[in-house]
Amino acid sequence: MVVANATTGIASPLKCALTLSQGFQGSTRRLQWRKNERQCARKTGHGVITAKFDLKPPPYPMDALEPHMSRETFEYHWGKHHRAYVDNLNKQIAGTELDGMTLEDIVVVTYNKGDLLPPFNNAAQVWNHDFFWESMKPGGGGKPAGELLDLINRDFGSFEEFVKEFKTAAATQFGSGWAWLVYKANRLEVGNAENPLPLDEDKKLVVVKSPNAVNPLVWDYFPLLTVDVWEHAYYLDYQNRRPDYLSIFMEKLVSWEAVSSRLDSAKARATEREREEERKKNEEEEYGTANSEAVEMYLESDDAVSD
Amino acid sequence: MALRHLLTKKPLATQPLGILGFRRVQTFSLPDLPYDYGALEPAISSEIMHLHHQKHHQTYITNYNKALEQLDDAMTKGDASTVVKLQSAIKFNGGGHVNHSIFWKNLAPIHEGGGEPPKGSLGWAIDNNFGSLEALIQKMNAEGAALQGSGWVWLGVDKELNRLIVETTGNQDPLVTKGPSLVPLLGIDVWEHAYYLQYKNVRPDYLKNIWKVMNWKYASEVYDKEFPES
Ligand SMILES: [Fe+2]
Ligand SMILES: [Fe+2]
Repeated sequence: MVVANATTGIASPLKCALTLSQGFQGSTRRLQWRKNERQCARKTGHGVITAKFDLKPPPYPMDALEPHMSRETFEYHWGKHHRAYVDNLNKQIAGTELDGMTLEDIVVVTYNKGDLLPPFNNAAQVWNHDFFWESMKPGGGGKPAGELLDLINRDFGSFEEFVKEFKTAAATQFGSGWAWLVYKANRLEVGNAENPLPLDEDKKLVVVKSPNAVNPLVWDYFPLLTVDVWEHAYYLDYQNRRPDYLSIFMEKLVSWEAVSSRLDSAKARATEREREEERKKNEEEEYGTANSEAVEMYLESDDAVSD
Repeated sequence: MALRHLLTKKPLATQPLGILGFRRVQTFSLPDLPYDYGALEPAISSEIMHLHHQKHHQTYITNYNKALEQLDDAMTKGDASTVVKLQSAIKFNGGGHVNHSIFWKNLAPIHEGGGEPPKGSLGWAIDNNFGSLEALIQKMNAEGAALQGSGWVWLGVDKELNRLIVETTGNQDPLVTKGPSLVPLLGIDVWEHAYYLQYKNVRPDYLKNIWKVMNWKYASEVYDKEFPES
């Protein structure tokens, strides 16, 4: 995962970053998009200190996925498209309140309940492409194993059914976008955006698709696997044949190890979140009791005064 | 638009039947390109034109026909939820067919007048609305380059307000989705498939070059048809 690096070696002042605890709720309301205000940046002798995102290389050489995904495709897709998203994002956030935040937080905050703030597309595309490169590996494909396979069997019926559903989602994403396998652990509360699958059981694997730069972070799902279905992802190798690209992606490129380890951390984070919510609920109950006592006391004393 | 009548072998009790129980379902077929695949070179390569017309446009038509047949079926059965479910496929694939049919006519080889600036009333209207043809081109290039993902950038005329407009639409949404009184004069496809084999990630270069093969004669004809008096 990409994190903000301070190019000068001095971290951006923390107080400038929005605190995004508890599923980002309410935080979008506090953020105002002010491009020209540089209240978070500090002047030094060398100018303004800003946090910058780096263009992260894929975790394998550019020709490692040949012949399924060519070096030429990587030269453009990573070397031009991904790079442009990083460069443009850095330009857009320099000197704004977003400077110094993690990439995930920028994605969620700038999604702004679907009323996208200008840096959203670049931020989300940087995140999506990092995640996409890590979703593949040389000699990938085949079948998952262990708990991941068990959950796939449980939630889709069989591995074959899952593959069918994933490929259908990717093939029917009208226009540019992405298809995802996600771990869903938020039946109702999303905070930042409408939950597309509010009625689905929780702690479940689901397949979703998303247009253009949108990703499931904005719905508070845990992404496990993605495939890029912008035409630039496959046009040099497959031209109009998106279904062929999708078959090869599943058969030869998917890194099930990456998906498995993402599932592990998704489950750990979901459990952690549950515990945190439980703790908050208990605290609120205690606070609620204390508060109602205080109100009573106040009323009594108020009565006393008016008497 | 090319129309073809297909006979479907479906004896349908609830519908008025044609002879021998056959029912007519209108389907669409790929219109011919009004020039050779290589005729727009070097602005747009033969390979792009070939794939774009024979594969992409054909696929929109195939899926449009499929969706229309399913729609017909669902309506016959009174299956309301399927009728609703089919709307997105009809809009996308039908829009793809409508938009590409316009797009081919918007382009012309240089020796057939491609790139020749508009004359007559459209030329005047462009100057009045945008200052100059150059300013309009700049505006459309900027909006086309800024469009996220796949879509179209249009020059259209608002029939009611009698004024030219520049609009973008996402994916295969036709111009009319931006307003019922809008008529497209010319549309530029900014899907990556329209330029990727030749221009790769550099969409602005594609936009710059496509004006060299723009068929302003066609745009003028549409404009004059909407405003015959002017
Ligand atoms: Fe991409
Ligand atoms: Fe197209």
